[in-house]
Amino acid sequence: MDDFLNSEGITLSPRVVFPNKTLPYLLVAPQLAITLIFFYWPTGQALYQSMLREDPFGLKSKFVGLANFRKVLADPAYLNSIKVTLVFSLATAIVAMGMALLLAVMAEKVVRGKGLYRTLLIWPYAVAPAIAGMLWLFLFNPSIGSLAYALRGLGIAWDPLLNGNHAMILLVSAAAWKQISYNFLFFVAGLQAVPKTLIEAAAIDGAGETKRFWTIVFPLLAPTTFFLLVVNTVYALFDTFGIVHAVTGGGPGKTTETLVYKVYNDGFVNLILGDSAAQSVILMIIVISLTAIQFRYVERKVHYG
Amino acid sequence: MIGQSPLRTVIAHAVLILGILIVAFPIYYTFVASTQTLQTILRPPLPLLPGDQFWTNYSEALFGGVGRIGGVSVGRLLLNTTVMALGIAVGKIFISILSAYAIVFFRFPLRMVFFWLIFITLMLPVEVRILPTYKVMVDLGMIDTYAGLIIPLIASATATLLFRQFFMTIPGELVEAARVDGAGPWRFFFDILLPLSRTNIAALFVILFIYGWTQYLWPLLVTNSNDMNTIVIALRKMVSFADADTQWHLVMVTAMLAILPPILIVVLMQRWFVRGLVDSEK
Repeated sequence: MDDFLNSEGITLSPRVVFPNKTLPYLLVAPQLAITLIFFYWPTGQALYQSMLREDPFGLKSKFVGLANFRKVLADPAYLNSIKVTLVFSLATAIVAMGMALLLAVMAEKVVRGKGLYRTLLIWPYAVAPAIAGMLWLFLFNPSIGSLAYALRGLGIAWDPLLNGNHAMILLVSAAAWKQISYNFLFFVAGLQAVPKTLIEAAAIDGAGETKRFWTIVFPLLAPTTFFLLVVNTVYALFDTFGIVHAVTGGGPGKTTETLVYKVYNDGFVNLILGDSAAQSVILMIIVISLTAIQFRYVERKVHYG
Repeated sequence: MIGQSPLRTVIAHAVLILGILIVAFPIYYTFVASTQTLQTILRPPLPLLPGDQFWTNYSEALFGGVGRIGGVSVGRLLLNTTVMALGIAVGKIFISILSAYAIVFFRFPLRMVFFWLIFITLMLPVEVRILPTYKVMVDLGMIDTYAGLIIPLIASATATLLFRQFFMTIPGELVEAARVDGAGPWRFFFDILLPLSRTNIAALFVILFIYGWTQYLWPLLVTNSNDMNTIVIALRKMVSFADADTQWHLVMVTAMLAILPPILIVVLMQRWFVRGLVDSEK
């Protein structure tokens, strides 16, 4: 079947094309070669390795079927890391999206200085997650951090290097801080798409500003919110490896060991290859499900939007 | 238009200013710290205004070499990171525009197979296949090379999909007219398609440059030697909260230099950046 569908799902007339026979193969060759060597080959290896177990000296490996998966899924450390990842992802998404929505709604209200506000709000997007983590750790480090000093002045025994909850709060703050600008831009775009006539009609009917927001604007933002929820979850799952690695190293204890950090740690530091590969495959399944959800959303937007 | 009470406008401005303070504070404070002596940094709280060590600290970091990362100068780290970010941005745009061109403007056997092979890579971020990809790098001798930092990251589907989507909006008449006038596929590509794609290329460039600049896991894996590190990785190596001889003033200078180039790109190319961000997620 041929795809004469454009992105909006409208059927186009058959395209006018060039008749060359070998040129198109040359054109796709670079991307295809890189994709096969660096995507499909390693992915195949990960799938294969997830069903092997090596002896302690790394000399022989034997086929064990799904035993690695059973072992990983029964491992309390892995279950703990699932819990850590859930808490971390949800908290990051809620904080980053809540702040961004508030700022976007306020930015819609002001007339003066709109452009300046936007410029000043978007730059954390350019900061690497790992650096964001280090900046926050610098502020909140118990020995030299100025804000940690202020917290101690308030009588809070703040120590993210020893207290797991404090470490998690620090990670969530850094991760959410970095993501506010991204969410802000999408919420602004979403708010601009809300028909002004609807809001005016509600105002004429006597609905106050707060009521107008929760009954009209917020429901109409649902597609944007849902889309951002998926994007933020993927961000918190994968892109924040740098934050965890640079700030806490999974500690104290294993209180901040996320799934991606554990794959890295088991594979590169502890060298348990079979387990690490099985964890990789589980992560792949999670990404594929999230991507599928995201595409369902795109489809919905096309039909109703 | 609905009228708004002045009080609400004031509240809106206040909330926005508070938001900007939260967003800007960590970066501002890093700048302040980068202009202080090590002794001042080690005794919190830090003053709220910049100190007088700007030239001393910045020239020491840029040209002097930093002890903890094997004496490599920050200049060298900036060079590595720039090469990586530019390589990823240019390389990705180059291979994606070619393959999207083939998929949209030619008909050939296996076309859709190729398209799906590329499309599925959307679902396989580096993070889920760390170890086997690392092994491929070792086998190909690409550890500690620029090629190793760049090539595995340039093959992803997002740019290809974006170009494909844009190419599909180009009317068939344009292709027909070009063919009637005797233009071959290369002529069409360079004289018509490329100029039309300028905005898309600019938007993608901003997004990809920042993507390349902020990479962490990949450069952590494929660089062992200090002088091949990117600035983000080197910064991580310079920081140790456990021991007392972290050179904080140099760490802060490095952090500033690591975040300044991508921030400048975002702010100066804001229009393309916003467009690229919103488009590439569609």
